[in-house]
Amino acid sequence: MIDFKFWKKSSKTDKKDNKDKEYAFLSAVISIVVGLLVAIMLLFLLELVAPNSDFSKPILGIKKYFTYSFTSTSTFFKIFYNAAPLMLTGLAVGFAFKAGLFNIGATGQYAFGAFFALVAAILWQFPWWAALLVSIVAGAIWGVIPGLFKAFFNINEVITSIMLNWAGLYLANLLFYNLPAMHTVLPNRTDNLAFANPSAILPNFGLNQLLNTSYINIGIIIAIVVAVIIYIVLEKTVFGYEIKACGANRNASLFAGIKTKSTIIFTMLISGGLAGLAGGIVYLAGTVEFTVESHLLAMGFNGIPVALLAYSQPLAIIATSIFIGFLESSGSGLQGLYSYEMTSVILSVIIYFSAFALIVGHFIKKILKRRKNSKNDQDNETSSDLGIVPEAKPRDDEQIDQKEVVE
Amino acid sequence: MENYIIEMNNIRKEFPGVVANDDITLKLQKGEIHALLGENGAGKSTLMSILFGLYTPDKGEIKKNGEVVNIKNPNDANDLGIGMVHQHFKLVEVFTVLENIILGAEPTNLGFLTTKETRKKVIELSEKFNLRVDIDAKIEDISVGMQQRVEILKMLYRENEILIFDEPTAVLTPQEIEELMKIMRVLIKEGKSILFISHKLNEIMSVSDRVTVLRKGKGIGTVNVKDTNINQLSEMMVGRKIEGIEKGKNKASNEVILKVENLVVPSKIHKNNAVNDISFEVKAGEILCIAGIEGNGQSELVYGLTGLEKITSGKVTLLDKDITNKSIRERNLTGLSHIPEDRHKFGLVLDFKLKYNLTLKKYFQEGFQNHGFINEEMIKKHSERLIKEYDIRSGRGANTIARSMSGGNQQKAIIAREIDCESKLLVAVQPTRGLDVGAIENIHKTLVLERDKGKGVLLISLELEEVLDISDRILVMYNGKIVAELDPDQTTFQEIGLYMVGAKIQDKFKATEVPAND
Repeated sequence: MIDFKFWKKSSKTDKKDNKDKEYAFLSAVISIVVGLLVAIMLLFLLELVAPNSDFSKPILGIKKYFTYSFTSTSTFFKIFYNAAPLMLTGLAVGFAFKAGLFNIGATGQYAFGAFFALVAAILWQFPWWAALLVSIVAGAIWGVIPGLFKAFFNINEVITSIMLNWAGLYLANLLFYNLPAMHTVLPNRTDNLAFANPSAILPNFGLNQLLNTSYINIGIIIAIVVAVIIYIVLEKTVFGYEIKACGANRNASLFAGIKTKSTIIFTMLISGGLAGLAGGIVYLAGTVEFTVESHLLAMGFNGIPVALLAYSQPLAIIATSIFIGFLESSGSGLQGLYSYEMTSVILSVIIYFSAFALIVGHFIKKILKRRKNSKNDQDNETSSDLGIVPEAKPRDDEQIDQKEVVE
Repeated sequence: MENYIIEMNNIRKEFPGVVANDDITLKLQKGEIHALLGENGAGKSTLMSILFGLYTPDKGEIKKNGEVVNIKNPNDANDLGIGMVHQHFKLVEVFTVLENIILGAEPTNLGFLTTKETRKKVIELSEKFNLRVDIDAKIEDISVGMQQRVEILKMLYRENEILIFDEPTAVLTPQEIEELMKIMRVLIKEGKSILFISHKLNEIMSVSDRVTVLRKGKGIGTVNVKDTNINQLSEMMVGRKIEGIEKGKNKASNEVILKVENLVVPSKIHKNNAVNDISFEVKAGEILCIAGIEGNGQSELVYGLTGLEKITSGKVTLLDKDITNKSIRERNLTGLSHIPEDRHKFGLVLDFKLKYNLTLKKYFQEGFQNHGFINEEMIKKHSERLIKEYDIRSGRGANTIARSMSGGNQQKAIIAREIDCESKLLVAVQPTRGLDVGAIENIHKTLVLERDKGKGVLLISLELEEVLDISDRILVMYNGKIVAELDPDQTTFQEIGLYMVGAKIQDKFKATEVPAND
């Protein structure tokens, strides 16, 4: 919620901008709360049908779920450990959204970036920062392909990037098998970085020993810095202006002389690079190794709710990714009580409902509008400076009427 | 006591910042064509939206046949027999005419669609009211005029007796307008009552019985058409006398601004070329107008000139510089401004603030940006100057979202931006489409002013009156070719019309004609 204040400060220009952002914030919170309630109901419902119902179990589960992350420094720092890659994949998706593109291929770019980060670390013995750069380049290459297809042949980026998800993952697997030097210890797992190349592990300035956790490194700092950079690019630069113009109306952008094709390509390049960097940050932490996977990695997909929940605003993504990182790390708190699958279900329910934030926002506006109207009936003097009604984004079918009426 | 089928008494509707309707009273007699006249933003659409149930009024009452009714949504309106043809048709493009007519009121038998009866009914209706439609054609394949007839049939099929026409002539050719007028008269004979929203005075004079005038959200009065004239109506509508455009003398010099040679642009719709071997010149200080019926290649000609679409062959020279293969931005910087035909598609980024729209062609220039960073201060200053100079009205000034502005003010914003570029060539495509008398007058004045500054203006227009009023030279386009060059002072409405429909071709253009290959 750090960024919420930031919002307020940055938009001194306009009262209504703040209003809109408050709605966005409110609707995100409401969606999350509703998601939690549904998850809790689900737990109780399961207990109801269980052979020997024990209603203290879900209560204990919920309690554990929310307190688990604060039981030790290790579990606490795992929130941020989880949040860093989520933030970056969220930025990847959100950045593309701004240009009107749906990069559903973040997971493929993530896998590609992850793998090449390890190639750089283990095979080429690169230091951590160089390996991270390699992960960015790898992700960007995988991301730009759908961008090229979109720009030159107008092929829907959703289709091409979905297909490249699988292609990216299996290509990484294939390369893995063909690079035996990467897995000298176990046949289907890369060598641990602590032995293979300690200089490639993300620095933690000795905090891991001080705080007794392996989940602390500069990943989260890098992610936050990147989020701020993306914010500046989108809001303050000519390039960001062009991206947003292309996203909002490609024809008008073309008309104004913006090179829409290269804007699309650069957007996908950057988006892919962000997803690739996420992969690098996870696998250069030294806590996990790349294993041959036969199903897509969830990290790239989780970027979508992170971005949606934040309305694709880079600074809000910082908050939403930390939140979802918290939910993920809290899942371990249910171990022993519930199965791994159950934890995943609860997590997905919450994320699922979070994605409803957009609809909830619409409702809030409607309710406030109605309340304001009835207020106006009571005292007619109130001239309106709130401006909620006409500038609320009309649904498509209302658009025309709305426009003609508000003059 | 007179027999009113609909009475709207003392209607008030407020939107934040504006009173769209302020104490307006409108009474519709049974069997009359009642025109609702007013400039854009006068509150016509709001009033009709209230009658149709899209908005609820803050104050006032609606009566039908003397009884107060409560219209909460379009379904209520439909139940009361009120139907509306919207300015932008609400039809499903890929459905057939019949499917569109029954949509929402599908006749079913045990859940299965039964169209046999309906088909008969629709055919009967179309014959009775002389509404020619091809009942099995898809909407996307039929003309705009026929689409409108489908909308009318939709209302008749639902047995509506009060028909609202929202600016029905805005999208029609002169011939289609004639036909619509006939249809409206037939409808009245059959006992329907019509509310006809328009700002075109001669149409109102020719077809309606009474007219209610709105201005800035207030009702100015209701008059019998018999007892009034165009001048009085326009004064009521605008609130002041409208002066004709004083276009002054043709100041064309010999300086060639734009030279087009043998331009060929492919069509996206059919196999033939949309623009087929066209050559012309625009000189400094003249308004060259390209007239023609919609769809004869004018749009493609503009796309080709401005670089929005690739051309097949030909050469375009702007200020002695070959721009045939230059990018859009290079063309703009060389000296091309363009007021596009579709202001929502090309002209504006609707979800952007006004200030960003006003700087859409400037943001990349030094001063508006420093080392790649947008200079907000400069953008604000620049847009505020344009807003003031061009009197662009909006709820929240430079920070208004373009989507929420009225059509007239959106157009003003585009014109401000394009003219401010100080380009030598101004391409204006139907710059007055859908605007009211006051706004049209303003735009015409601006175009003449630009011409007098020594710029070249290429005007593409479907409105013959506009063509005759402000152009210095007229080219008529038919079927992708230029068929006539005319002097506006020596030609007539009828003569242009003949060239427009391809009934005549001037000799000098015949020579280059190649037989059409269809």
